[in-house]
Amino acid sequence: MTDIATLASSDRRELISFCIGEQEFCVDIMAVREIRGWTPATPLPQTPGYIRGVINLRGAVLPVMDLAARMGLPPVQPSARSVIIVVKVAERLIGLLVDAVSDILSITDENIQPPPDVACDRVRSFVRGLFTIDGRMISQIALDRILPEIEQVAA
Amino acid sequence: MDPMESIKATFFQECEELLADLEAGLLAIQAGAGDEDTINAVFRAVHSVKGGAGAFGMDALVHFAHVFETLLDGVRAGRIAAAPDLLEILLRAADILADHVNAARDGGAVDEARSAEMIRDLEHATDPEHDHRAAPDLAAPDLAAAGAPGVDQPDEFGFTVTRFNPESLEPLVVTEALWKIWFRPKSALYRKGNESALLLRELARLGPTKVRLDQTELPDLASLDPESAFLAWEIELEADTDEAVIREVFEFVEGDCDIEIRRCSTSESPDATSESVITAIVEPPPSRATVNTESPASVKVETPKGEAVATPAHATIRVDPERIDRLIDLVGELVINQAMLAQRVIESGLPQSSNVATGLEDLESLTRQIQDSVMAIRAQPVKSVFQRMPRLVREVAAQTGKSVRLVTEGEATEVDKTVVERLGDPITHMIRNAIDHGLESPERRAAAGKPREGVVRLAALHRGGRIVIEVQDDGAGIDRKRVQAIAVEKGLIVADAQLTDEEVDNLIFLPGFSTANAISDISGRGVGMDVVRRSVQALGGRISITSRPGQGSTFTLSLPLTLAVLDGMVVDVAGHTLVVPLTAIVESLRPKPADVKRLGPQGAVLSVRDTYVPVVDVAAILGFRDYSKSPCDGVVILVESEDGGRAALTADSIYGQRQVVIKSLEANYRQVDGIAAATILGDGRVALIVDVDAVIAMRRRDTIRDYQQPLAAAG
Amino acid sequence: MLRLALVDAGFEVIEAVDGVHGLEVLEQHGADVIITDINMPRMDGFGFIEAVRGSSPYRSTPILVLTTESTPEKKARARDAGATGWIVKPFHPTKLVEAIRRVAA
Repeated sequence: MTDIATLASSDRRELISFCIGEQEFCVDIMAVREIRGWTPATPLPQTPGYIRGVINLRGAVLPVMDLAARMGLPPVQPSARSVIIVVKVAERLIGLLVDAVSDILSITDENIQPPPDVACDRVRSFVRGLFTIDGRMISQIALDRILPEIEQVAA
Repeated sequence: MDPMESIKATFFQECEELLADLEAGLLAIQAGAGDEDTINAVFRAVHSVKGGAGAFGMDALVHFAHVFETLLDGVRAGRIAAAPDLLEILLRAADILADHVNAARDGGAVDEARSAEMIRDLEHATDPEHDHRAAPDLAAPDLAAAGAPGVDQPDEFGFTVTRFNPESLEPLVVTEALWKIWFRPKSALYRKGNESALLLRELARLGPTKVRLDQTELPDLASLDPESAFLAWEIELEADTDEAVIREVFEFVEGDCDIEIRRCSTSESPDATSESVITAIVEPPPSRATVNTESPASVKVETPKGEAVATPAHATIRVDPERIDRLIDLVGELVINQAMLAQRVIESGLPQSSNVATGLEDLESLTRQIQDSVMAIRAQPVKSVFQRMPRLVREVAAQTGKSVRLVTEGEATEVDKTVVERLGDPITHMIRNAIDHGLESPERRAAAGKPREGVVRLAALHRGGRIVIEVQDDGAGIDRKRVQAIAVEKGLIVADAQLTDEEVDNLIFLPGFSTANAISDISGRGVGMDVVRRSVQALGGRISITSRPGQGSTFTLSLPLTLAVLDGMVVDVAGHTLVVPLTAIVESLRPKPADVKRLGPQGAVLSVRDTYVPVVDVAAILGFRDYSKSPCDGVVILVESEDGGRAALTADSIYGQRQVVIKSLEANYRQVDGIAAATILGDGRVALIVDVDAVIAMRRRDTIRDYQQPLAAAG
Repeated sequence: MLRLALVDAGFEVIEAVDGVHGLEVLEQHGADVIITDINMPRMDGFGFIEAVRGSSPYRSTPILVLTTESTPEKKARARDAGATGWIVKPFHPTKLVEAIRRVAA
């Protein structure tokens, strides 16, 4: 075995897929910090509805976003099976509330196609691309696009 | 971090201490308290800055320090008298030296003209006869000594050295060891990818080093084989360590270099090369002798011991602040976890006397002790801020033409690092204000029968779990008539307002107030006392002023001891758990229906001992409830906002008081109006900390909106 | 394990499975420090070091060899091949970083 300390690159990527309602989505595994069970969030005043509130992530305050509500889908009804995917976007941690985590996928960029025009605008703007695995259609979430409203309000 | 950068960072850290020592020493000499030790310490401070700067090739800094040092050496040797006007020069030189250090650290530039002028002043003071145009050459040999190796220079510093006194040094003989290392790499060393510079760097991590390059083997460029090795180094390492540790540095190059490591016994002098003489710290001389480098053996010079005698070594360690911050975070989590565990035990119904419950009590007590100890690690004396002030006072005094003496008290008062960092600005402003507006001109003082020199007193003390900073001047005090007139003129108060003296004095904190007729260069840099007050309030602090006509004014600033934890009252508001900072709370009460009066469409006021305070329905304002609940159905927390106004916050019930760890909402989310920060409670859930001032301000906005709505509808 | 320690210390790490692959990776990505085992398929550590020392862009790149304390003769052979230094297995993360610091800027 030889180790060489220098820059890495790879065109193959791994994704974590999850369900919201009947639909399947995924995010790049490199952005995922951890996956944890649902715990009730403390609601924040003056906050858009898709922000469920904040939870305690080992001593840090973590905002939790209802990804379904964010995309204009019916909000997730949190249950014991619901999970929070903790992702790091733009140096911030945020929890994504989803129904269930299903799989780890490994794909190359060629497999991904852009979302077709027919898709609803709101969903489309949050989806980076689509691909098919075992007959299931999976949409990759553009994490950098689900946050901008937070930044705007902060400014 | 890049190791070189980290060594540099350490150097600059040391510079700060050295510059502070320098200034403190000069001030002591100026005050007549300087003995020979002080003069030595002052010289050593400048010398150490120069030495370190040389190692990093900071030429401008080295040059300035060298000229400065040469003068100090003359003072030390008694050739130059420490007259008052010389000390003025030395103090200003210390300021410029600090500028050079800052410029070297932050990559900025120094005021070249000022620096050059000071160099001329210093040279003139050193040797009034000398032609100073040739002076820059003086720096060259010293640069060589500190940084560029291999240049042999005769000692031209006129160093004076005394007999070494063994008694006084005895206890310190074993503390440091001096190692001499000869290191001559062979070309194979480089062929295998090793690098001498890195090895020297590793050596420097073990302790202070002095490195001399031996380039005697270096051939002419024409006959130089670039693949061969010609250079050798001679290193003096000051480190109390084993030879094995030093050998380990050279582990990879054994066989590819000639190396000799020798311990210089501390009782004998290291070879007195020109460097070692320059750094040698010399005991105050009962009888003086000039050392000639050619005959070093006749004089005993003890670098490490002499140094240790002059400044007793403190048993301190340097720790990366990030590590301490991490520790504080972890302890915060420990506190939370302990509280969670305690709550679970109570919920599980275990009897109070069970082993688990008593063990948990011990844990709680331990946890609290750990938290206190950890916070104490981060506590710092306010000295670091205070010691910046003498310079400020000198500058402001010079600009205003006033004569000022600064007296400081309580420099050792400790407060959390997060607070220390934020004390500098308000103190700076208060001192500027005290000199600029507080003190009279020397003429007016003399006319009033006061000493021409004004006194500004800067003091720190602990009071009631907070740190209090006082800035007091013995000036004329606040001209209340004028202050009130200005406030009226600027529309801040009504013309016939009846104000107490205290109220008048505190008018200067109002936005848009400035007492000086012409905005002076000193206080009027776009920052008024209102800005100071706001920045202090943002830290949970308060600032006020008291004044006595003819005798002076006192600014009093109080801040929490830490910005990491907060004492709060935990309350329930519409099913949400909130924390109200205890510093804002006056009292909590259960109002009777008769005490509550309606005012306007939505508003209400509460009668508290014959004064009416506005009722702030926290639940409605934060959007937790869309209807207003009568304050009589729950409890009311009477709070005082930072501008002194009172309000009655409504809550459904009070859980109790406790200390909470402050967690930022902004770190992962954003600021939320009405919420100061968050914390984590015993049950592991996040609770929000109320921003009392913001909530009161939000109610005002709501009230205004309520009044405006009908108008808007009509229009 | 090694990779974890290195990443933890702030290095970026590219792995290669053996000497030949190592040369390819080096060609492709370059490196500031090379750490190599001795026993590898296809091209062993000694061969790999010699190959690197022979190729001009990386002839002065520091190379650390992983050895065990029990095989001092391998240490000597590695040195002869042109290794800059070595890391004795089982290694301690601090020692590892120290060793790298000693050979790399």
